[in-house]
Amino acid sequence: MSETVVKLDGISKEYHMGEMIVHALKGIDLEVKRGEFLAIMGSSGSGKSSMLNVLGCLDRPSKGHYYLGDVDVANMNDEDLSTIRSQRIGFIFQSFNLIEQLTVQENIEVPLFYQNTPPKVAAERAIELATMVGLETRLDHRPSELSGGQMQRVAIARALANNPYILLADEPTGNLDSKTETEILDMFDDLNRQGMTIIVVTHDDPVAERAQRVITLKDGLVDHERFNS
Amino acid sequence: MNPILMARTVKIGAKNLLMHKARSSLTMLGIIFGVTSVIAMLAIGEGLSKHQQDSILKMGSTNIILDSKEVVDESKVDTSNSRTNKYGLTRLDLRRIAGSVQGGEYIVPIRQINQSLQFATRRQPVILTGTIKEYSEVQNIKILKGRFLTEADALHGTSICIISNTLSKRLFAYHEPLGNYVRAGEMLFEVVGIYESSEKAVGAESVETEKVFVPLQNLKQRQGDLVISRSSGSFKRTEIQLDRIIVKNLKPEYVEGNSRIIQSILQFGHPVMDYEITVPLELLKQAEETKRVFTLVLGSIAAISLLVGGIGIMNIMLATVTERTREIGIRRALGAKKIDVILQFLVETVILSLGGGVIGVLGGVIVPELISAFTNLETIITPWSLFLAFGVSAFIGVVFGIYPAMRAASLDPIEALRHE
Repeated sequence: MSETVVKLDGISKEYHMGEMIVHALKGIDLEVKRGEFLAIMGSSGSGKSSMLNVLGCLDRPSKGHYYLGDVDVANMNDEDLSTIRSQRIGFIFQSFNLIEQLTVQENIEVPLFYQNTPPKVAAERAIELATMVGLETRLDHRPSELSGGQMQRVAIARALANNPYILLADEPTGNLDSKTETEILDMFDDLNRQGMTIIVVTHDDPVAERAQRVITLKDGLVDHERFNS
Repeated sequence: MNPILMARTVKIGAKNLLMHKARSSLTMLGIIFGVTSVIAMLAIGEGLSKHQQDSILKMGSTNIILDSKEVVDESKVDTSNSRTNKYGLTRLDLRRIAGSVQGGEYIVPIRQINQSLQFATRRQPVILTGTIKEYSEVQNIKILKGRFLTEADALHGTSICIISNTLSKRLFAYHEPLGNYVRAGEMLFEVVGIYESSEKAVGAESVETEKVFVPLQNLKQRQGDLVISRSSGSFKRTEIQLDRIIVKNLKPEYVEGNSRIIQSILQFGHPVMDYEITVPLELLKQAEETKRVFTLVLGSIAAISLLVGGIGIMNIMLATVTERTREIGIRRALGAKKIDVILQFLVETVILSLGGGVIGVLGGVIVPELISAFTNLETIITPWSLFLAFGVSAFIGVVFGIYPAMRAASLDPIEALRHE
């Protein structure tokens, strides 16, 4: 079996809402191997979003350990977490989250510049990725000039720019019609076949169908886990 | 931060500002006006003080000037014509001063009488000025032709005079002035020299009465101390020995001590204040003090406008941060550190304020020129005022940019991403 990329060890997350303490995650253990395609499901309020934020190093767990690759990122400070995000995580959002004032190419280059990549190298990489997602003719377009499917493809290219350890997708097809949904999910399959580790957070069954493993959260705990054949 | 990311940040900052041209230029206006007004106000202040200093320096910075002053004493007003009004500096004062001052280079007595000078049929009002040869050293008289007063003139009281070039033109249209005689009342004087008039508008109809220099000794012998002038039907008899004494000191350091010595000498023999002491050096010091206050006041007014400009920038940047909250969230998710976000917003503020500073400096160079061109105010732009204004604008950019930038960086990435 291949190496472990993500290892959650008793992760819990509490939020203080005034006097109340909300336990969003209550001690989650999870291991993800390199090259795995995992779907995290659950109804709203199940802890999905908290899970995503912790996995994406946007938030620190209240308790537990989170090994991303070889380092425990659970107790890192803001600056180190930024560096980890910059080097090891590729984000794909439901609402694409492209930067409006930048062109397609510039959007793909954004993560590279926070890694101090020389402009020439960054440009080459961006063009290579844009070609991969089939947008090589749209390099100078603004996000507003693209369709939803195209925007999500730019976002995928951007997420891949830094050769991340994991590709973290949050409802990646939530804003797309079924035809483009299939298109994007096929792309995920392709990437996974090439060895990319993918974690998708979704409540959409067709998306989860593509994953090899599906875990369902309920009240901040893993409720059940199944493997798709 | 590495240079690649910095260059990129500056590029993106400039791009963002260019996307909102109207907003950016309106924001810059505050700084532009601030910088321009700082420079313009300092230029006006500098010009005014230069003008003032020039007119003081014309009196001579090492000089002490004593003037006779007519005392109008209401209780002693005498309606009878026979009464002679006697006042002012005396030859005794002159001797006493000459014997007491230390480090005095020249002591020049002056007697002035209003007369009209006549050659053939031409007549010009002049001030007949009786003095000695050192006068030319003290007041920088430039002789164009012939000579000024000499030692011998003082000894013999020769009847000669030195006239200005403008007066010479008016009196001697077709004659050579040197060697010719001019008439002043009952007296005849031979013209022996021509000096350069201090009047700027040569040839134009002059309002200033020109000085004609004659030996003091000659004027005393021929005119005496008594002057009878007629005013509105009655005669006025004035007895006066000297109108003015100029004491030129060797060095500015002697001025203060000598002016005190002179004051104490003059207190004797002058029960009423029928004289006046002017010390240009002291005036200069006062003028400098005035200038300092003036610069401070003008500077403060201008600084307030710069401050307002800075607050304008901060206001806009805060709005921009709110507007771009989502972008900040995206960038943070993609690996931007807090410092990266701070710099991104700071760069935009600095570009705005530096841009405003550059345009403001241009305005600051042009506006004083316009003021000089359309009014008779002299303006002087000092290089340091340009650097000061520009430096302050850059400083303001950083100071007022820090808060919005910090606010942008302190946003929680998760919240920022959720922001609509």
